[in-house]
Amino acid sequence: MEISVTINGTTHSHDVEPRTLLVHYIRDVVGLTGTNIGCDTSSCGACTIHVNGESVKSCTMFAVQADGEDLLTIEGLADGDTLHPMQESFRQCHALQCGYCTPGMVMAAVSFLDENPNPSEREVRLGLEGNLCRCTGYHNIVKAVLHCAAGGEQ
Amino acid sequence: MIPAAFDYVRAGSADEAIASLATHGDEAKLLAGGHSLIPLMRFRLARPAVVVDIGRLDDLSYIRDGGDHVAIGALTRHRDVETSDLVAARAGLLGEVTSHVGDPQVRHRGTLGGAVAHGDPASDIPSALIALGATLVATGPQGSREISVDDFFSGFLETALADDEMLTEVRIPAADGARWGFEKFNRRAQDWAIVGVSAVVRAGGEVGVGLVNMDSTPVRAAAVESAVAGGASGAEAAELAAEGCEPTEDLNASVEYRRHLARVLTRRALEAAGL
Repeated sequence: MEISVTINGTTHSHDVEPRTLLVHYIRDVVGLTGTNIGCDTSSCGACTIHVNGESVKSCTMFAVQADGEDLLTIEGLADGDTLHPMQESFRQCHALQCGYCTPGMVMAAVSFLDENPNPSEREVRLGLEGNLCRCTGYHNIVKAVLHCAAGGEQ
Repeated sequence: MIPAAFDYVRAGSADEAIASLATHGDEAKLLAGGHSLIPLMRFRLARPAVVVDIGRLDDLSYIRDGGDHVAIGALTRHRDVETSDLVAARAGLLGEVTSHVGDPQVRHRGTLGGAVAHGDPASDIPSALIALGATLVATGPQGSREISVDDFFSGFLETALADDEMLTEVRIPAADGARWGFEKFNRRAQDWAIVGVSAVVRAGGEVGVGLVNMDSTPVRAAAVESAVAGGASGAEAAELAAEGCEPTEDLNASVEYRRHLARVLTRRALEAAGL
């Protein structure tokens, strides 16, 4: 089926099989490999992207469901060489260890702060419950989100 | 994992979706938000030959004040139920329970109707629908019919919906001024309930209690409700929570542990509801 999807401001048109998962379309067809596949069971959140501004697990959507929609992946978050404030907060707070969960964590955190710009620590932890860090590095991830919510400056 | 191949039909209206179901029978599955169906398809536990995508039927995404009830379109996303002022004011238990479904990403895509029609006995939302006494509206080729939530869940992942029917609306009898409690026991964030309990005490004193993962379907704790109506305290009534239930044993819990959880969680939920 022919689909047309806007990803990070660029419109892509491809003929895809209906069973193609959105994450496979983004990685293997469009070639944007910043979005990772972790658990493949809708649990870990490594594949989190934004669909029309909201965080979504791209392993739990078919590409045909994204036809005509506006997507943002980790590659589209920074403004040129200037990191997005959430990326900058992750850097400053050392909020990654192996880094595998990071693209999904950052995308989930950006969507979370859009909905709750001034969260408590508990709200951050609940807001990121859809994202797993196998390094168990949650402490600094939560710090980074709170840091970003507070304006990001040190 | 990649699902088995299927034919994809994008429905432009509910009538188109129903016509497609009528043509393909039990070979077809409806795709709403996809957060119950797609995981099953990836494990190939579901292999529908035809997938009918109803995810773009925006006219079935709404939350309306129906006077004596709140009417919610089947394609309303969890996030919209969770953040609705109308739901908070008139069916607050449902709003709270919905905020515990999956995780934020799941709630952005998953729909109320999809979660209910999936019929998973461990799903959170049916506990609230049972406690609140919801009515479900099914629409088929002959029109619409109303199904009481007590008649809707017929078996493991099975419902009263016919092959050519789709769930179009969920109606919650207004519960203004009610108090409620929701208790969900699990070991990991975002996980399914090992046992879940919704309890509501309406302003007039009427009590509703729904249990999930205590049987092959979500169930009403009828013995608890009768005991409270007969004058028992919440703690006394909660002792009857597992009565009539046939829970399964799995890696998380034995049958006896589930019965224990049902009693304890029901007591807590009733306490939160003011009993």
